Amino acid sequence: MVAEKDLEREEETHAYTPSLEIKKAITVRRVRRLPIKGDVLVDLGDIVEYREVIAKTKIPGDPYTVRASYLLKCEADEVPRYMLKKVGDPVEKDEIFAKYVGFFGLIKNFVRSPIDGHIESLSTVSGRAIIREKPIPIDVDAYIPGKVVDIMPREGAVIETNVAFIQGIFGVAGEAHGEIAIIVDAPGDILTADHITTDHKGKVIVGGSIATGEALKKALEVGVNGMIVGGIKNADLRSLIGYDIGVAITGYEDIGLTLICTEGFGKINMSNQTFNLLKIFEGFMAHINGATQIRAGVLRPEIIIPHDQFEPKFSEDLSTGMRPGTTMRVIRAPYFGRLVRVVSLPPELQKIKTESYVRVVEVELEDGRRVVVPRANVEIIEY
Amino acid sequence: MKLILITDVGSTTTKARLFQKFDEGWRYTISGEAPTTVESPNEDVTMGVYNSVREVEEITGLTLLNRVSGGIIVPRKAGDGVDLYCTTSSAGGGLQMLCLGLVKEITAESANRAALGAGAIVMDTIALDDGREDYEKIKIIRGLRPDMMLMAGGTDGGARGLVLEIAELLKAADPIPRLGIDYSLPLVYAGNKELRPHIEDLYEKQFAVMMVENIRPVLDVENSEPARRAIHELFMEHVMSHAPGYLKLMKWTGIDIMPTPAGEGLAIQLIADRYNANALGVGLGGATTNVYSVVDGRFVRSVSANLGMSYSICNVLKETGIENICKWLPFVVDKDVCEDSLRNKMIRPTTIPHTIQELLIEHSVAREALRLGLAHHKTLATRLKGVSRAKTIDERFEQLGKSLQETYIDMMNIKVIAGTGGLLSHAPRREQSLLILTDAFQPEGVTNIIQDSVFMMPHLGLLSTIYPDIAWQIFEKDCIVSLGTVIAPSGELDEGQEALNIKLEMPEGEIIEKGLGFGEILRLPLAEGMEAKATIKVHRGLAIDVDDARTLETTITGGVVGIVIDTRGRPLRLPEDEEKRREKLLTWFKALGLYPKEAYEEAVL
Repeated sequence: MVAEKDLEREEETHAYTPSLEIKKAITVRRVRRLPIKGDVLVDLGDIVEYREVIAKTKIPGDPYTVRASYLLKCEADEVPRYMLKKVGDPVEKDEIFAKYVGFFGLIKNFVRSPIDGHIESLSTVSGRAIIREKPIPIDVDAYIPGKVVDIMPREGAVIETNVAFIQGIFGVAGEAHGEIAIIVDAPGDILTADHITTDHKGKVIVGGSIATGEALKKALEVGVNGMIVGGIKNADLRSLIGYDIGVAITGYEDIGLTLICTEGFGKINMSNQTFNLLKIFEGFMAHINGATQIRAGVLRPEIIIPHDQFEPKFSEDLSTGMRPGTTMRVIRAPYFGRLVRVVSLPPELQKIKTESYVRVVEVELEDGRRVVVPRANVEIIEY
Repeated sequence: MKLILITDVGSTTTKARLFQKFDEGWRYTISGEAPTTVESPNEDVTMGVYNSVREVEEITGLTLLNRVSGGIIVPRKAGDGVDLYCTTSSAGGGLQMLCLGLVKEITAESANRAALGAGAIVMDTIALDDGREDYEKIKIIRGLRPDMMLMAGGTDGGARGLVLEIAELLKAADPIPRLGIDYSLPLVYAGNKELRPHIEDLYEKQFAVMMVENIRPVLDVENSEPARRAIHELFMEHVMSHAPGYLKLMKWTGIDIMPTPAGEGLAIQLIADRYNANALGVGLGGATTNVYSVVDGRFVRSVSANLGMSYSICNVLKETGIENICKWLPFVVDKDVCEDSLRNKMIRPTTIPHTIQELLIEHSVAREALRLGLAHHKTLATRLKGVSRAKTIDERFEQLGKSLQETYIDMMNIKVIAGTGGLLSHAPRREQSLLILTDAFQPEGVTNIIQDSVFMMPHLGLLSTIYPDIAWQIFEKDCIVSLGTVIAPSGELDEGQEALNIKLEMPEGEIIEKGLGFGEILRLPLAEGMEAKATIKVHRGLAIDVDDARTLETTITGGVVGIVIDTRGRPLRLPEDEEKRREKLLTWFKALGLYPKEAYEEAVL
């Protein structure tokens, strides 16, 4: 099996090209998993709505330590004899759970619980008690409407549905839902505050090449759920989330707006394919997630639009590498954002302007010019 | 044995290196590189290894891959395959550890150093006196998803109750392993040996505990080797076996997979041995910057987990600020555009600069990543704390002035600086890596600057664990590239003031005498392997050797760049006036022939 896979790779160019998916009709599956084991509430074959809770659990509350022997002024191994409650018993905030009375009642030392919870443990070596807060309930919803096609016992389920699917390059904030509203005329337009009205509350709005800082503010004020745009200035992103992102691991921002950039940072026209696909589905419900993780398991932001207007086919891996004729996007200056067509793939290393010797690809720009770019600087767009 | 294949599965790229035995001995022959495939959509590390080895096959015409059963052909049969295949790895974030100890500056610091020395990234170090409340520590531990934990605390027969307090804290927090919830998180216990039964009882069923000798059996001894060995063992058993594709890769390799920084560390120690000198090494990677020092025989590694040139490039930006990055650019730049360009590199980390302007921006980031990495390293390269030493009155007074400067790294004492990592090894001109290392580390006195020719230090570090002689042969002939010698007085003078006079007796007897004003850089050719006798005199206010010496007679070794005399002063300060700063940078860059002439024009300098 291993060898078979290896042999398949033999047929392809082994220059790996990262790719972003833009698909009009595919079947997607999303794994919905609890952070720790719990109860799964759905069965195989169930049809679920996107808001439906499919699994739930309780995460143990935060533990607090109490230096019982220190407070009782006794040795650690003497603490059990002064306990008023047993390990496992519930306690309320400020409730006395251990007491030492000595010298005919003149000395009284107490230990109080810092929180509402239960006594989890008591150490006779360190003399400390651990009080744990009440468990925190966690619900996992379906995120997308669809059919339950797999159950992971005590962990979650897999939901499958037919959709249009677009991957962005970078996003912030987590899962959000809303009707798609295209609010600019063309993929090169700048999304300004003037484009956003109160009608866009609760919607997923689609802009062009860049959203201004004012547009982001207005979207938050109006209560827009999601924004999809070509690019964003880092300075505006900083204002939106309140800090600079160091490593691209996002999705946890609690800002009330999920932002997805389809191209990158700065003003970059949204690709025609992305813009036109979104336009087709204007008014449809979109399920989006801005979570991005470039390292340790690449995760790109996504836009999922369930529909039954096209014949869906299972999502297949089209990233078979580049060949002459493949449409690519350049992802680094000086041709950043340009759509190109592969002309040739010279096998030998070539010297580029920086004097580095690298593997290159000869491409044709939209205006017919032919240029050479490093293979590392192009990506396949999967349609 | 005739052929050895070694790969390094880096966070961004998998690098295959082929070594071959010739009549004159072992040599490096060829490289193959491919993007690492530990992440989605591939999630199988062997694909990247396969692709990198395919490149080697393509170039050499050899057959190395087993196309029937998968993997590498080992041992060699009928001319196909290699005699040994092994690999280092730092993919998927490397080995991520949590360290715990009793006292922050004693056992916790020793645990930290041991984990770093074993090649780990330390996510946090918890100590009883680290200034955080218990509930804060618990929250932090719960939020981390480490691969492994190392707990120290107490000397043998020393503290008990307080060590158990830390142990109980960890039990209450109950951290989950990064790679899956179905296996026990490994914990290395290297604390007070008398507490072992208590630790075993406490963590029964919760963690996979391995007991090793105490890391600080007594206060004035740091015994990190047993902990380091245990970390490597558990790394293979527990961590690697859960990373995507590693189970398969483990079957391919002849010996255990080693964390890349551990391999790199071994290589830096080889260099220090070879030069018989104090050495500083740096691995500037895509995700992390590892700094290694060997000073008076003591080896210390630090890792700045979020300083790197691809995945972590924006963390360098965040830590240092856009101003500090732009200050190294000899052209006018729109800071917002520069920031956006770095952000684009962050989200597409495998792209490479295609314009000279972008190359210069990355070189600027490299200077800052290295500078920050060294600053971090100095906080770890300190004398053992908690040890009372008899001091003379002079020492006590001296100590007063050094209270904030506890590191024993004195750049005047460092005689060799070695650089490795993609950006340095692949810099289009060697002059660029020499100046990047010089600007960032600011060597003082007379310092050899060397670098990894095509990034194979981790490979050879790993090889040295089983075939030290073979590793050394390759190291000497093919790995180390001597960039040159930097002569740099410490101290500051006024711009243009007479600073340094040097008399050089070149290999063929020619005498060169030069005088430099303050703020200059001069490059003199002296080929690799050649030596020149030098008499250096610096003016009042500067020093060229330890103890503020102003005169030095020494032998200078050459390199591909040659001799670089740097009178820009230490600390190195750039002019505050924007135009003067750009002018100065341009002068220095041109003096070293850093970039091609047409490139300067393109960059609108």
